[in-house]
Amino acid sequence: MSAITSFDEFLNGLWKQNPIFVMVLGMCPTLAVTVSAVNAISMGLATTFVLGASCLLVSLLRNSIPKQVRIASYIVIIATFVTVVDYAIQAISLDLYVALGAYIKLIVANCVLLGRAEAHAAKNPPLPATTNAIGMGLGFTLGLFMIGCVREILGAGKLFGVSLFGDHFQPWVVMVLPPGGFFVLGFWLIVIAAFSHFSSKRNAQLKGVQL
Amino acid sequence: MSMELRTSPHQHSGRDVPTIMRNVVYAMLPICAFSVWQFGLSAAALILVVTASCLVAERINNLIRGTSSSLSDWSATITGVILALTLPPSFPLWMGAVSGFAAIWLGKSLFGGLGQNPFNPALVGRAFVQAAFPTAISTWVPAFSSQRFNEFIPTSLTAPFMTPPDIALWVKQQGIDAFTGATPLARWKFENITPSSMDFLTGHITASAGETSAILILLCGLYLAARKFLDWRIPVAVLGSAMLLAWVFHLAQPLRYPTPSFVLLSGGLMLGAWFMATDMATSPVTPRGIWLYGALIGILTVVIRYFGGLTEGVMYAILIANATASLLDQFNQPRILGGKRGKS
Repeated sequence: MSAITSFDEFLNGLWKQNPIFVMVLGMCPTLAVTVSAVNAISMGLATTFVLGASCLLVSLLRNSIPKQVRIASYIVIIATFVTVVDYAIQAISLDLYVALGAYIKLIVANCVLLGRAEAHAAKNPPLPATTNAIGMGLGFTLGLFMIGCVREILGAGKLFGVSLFGDHFQPWVVMVLPPGGFFVLGFWLIVIAAFSHFSSKRNAQLKGVQL
Repeated sequence: MSMELRTSPHQHSGRDVPTIMRNVVYAMLPICAFSVWQFGLSAAALILVVTASCLVAERINNLIRGTSSSLSDWSATITGVILALTLPPSFPLWMGAVSGFAAIWLGKSLFGGLGQNPFNPALVGRAFVQAAFPTAISTWVPAFSSQRFNEFIPTSLTAPFMTPPDIALWVKQQGIDAFTGATPLARWKFENITPSSMDFLTGHITASAGETSAILILLCGLYLAARKFLDWRIPVAVLGSAMLLAWVFHLAQPLRYPTPSFVLLSGGLMLGAWFMATDMATSPVTPRGIWLYGALIGILTVVIRYFGGLTEGVMYAILIANATASLLDQFNQPRILGGKRGKS
């Protein structure tokens, strides 16, 4: 029983309550660092690590943190792990560090993190809290990746830095500019909304239920 | 005996949306014809491709939404033709198709279709390609090249998603020595050279497909105004405020700022004032709102041209004014007959 529920917790964040496409949280990195697939994935994974680690710690400490100072305590915990990630990325790849810029430090202000800590980790034991957090983090990564792919393919004619259409490809400059982030995010929101609309219609038909 | 009870209006003028839209398309046909005569095959293909892509986008939208076809209201046609006329004639056809889809989907369908759009769809399409392909949209070709009816301008037939070829060699082959590749507005801005007004009237300038002959646009616009298919106050307010502001600047510093006639005749101001600012869905309906809206477009155009980084400001001026349209209506409600002054 417990294994099934924790797997559900995991899937929940990945798709059903996807932080980007369903909850529409964490829009700042979503729009700012998704100009390429690599940037999107590394941002997503950094967030996933901070999310998992801080939710584990918050869940462990949930009974000893006084209610009045809980938000400040969560922020301190999150900021600790953000600092770790910040130095780690700087050590692994300076190029990536420069490309992501201030947005690594801004993970601390990402509402997905505080939202998870407050709404889930503070009320649940460590195992489900961490599973849920990692599911959410991977869902966030998936969302960033989906946006990053489209923006990199149209904006530079590349995917993961590999040229797809040869030298004569005409880049769509708008896709690497901020409006491109809004356009692609909106495009995916429409596609996903249409998808869930049609699948719920079909489910209703299969069950013979009048919507 | 049966009696039918009806509320007003009891008499209908017979004018509906398709009639108005169709007549606007008719009024634009001379401008299209002039553009084709001037730039040849490329302009003709551009107008056809952009209009066709708008119609396809509209139809796809109908199919997705499961509504009946809205092609017969002519609004998508009008968007396509206006959009094509604002693009440079050498614009690659595939980019033209992209702009058509952007115009209908981003500019109109997303907001709920005809009448619901806050911004002029054609200008949304143009703004999209302006941001996406800034080089292609500022590449200009000379008018009246000798082979214009026999061959395309090389950039027109660029393969989809590919960069258009360099046009300098082709321009040289046309036997034109002194072609700078800049519009009159750019030449004024960067070199302080203004062409004579005569060139503007006859179309001997480099410009977008449909903005070359100010006098033809004026005649077509006057026809529409005379038949009351557009509100004459909007173009009068746009052109009047632009001219007044330009005249003030010219008086203050005649060497630095061009004459008011240059401001009126150059670029897309004429086309924008008559055919884009007057879009019924995106302009105010209250009398005072209309005057303010037109004046805002004229002033913004001159300000962007004189002090902005861009050479031409009509597109952004109209888009910004579109955004203010409903506010202008709200703040300028006319006094109800018998109502107290100062209260609406």
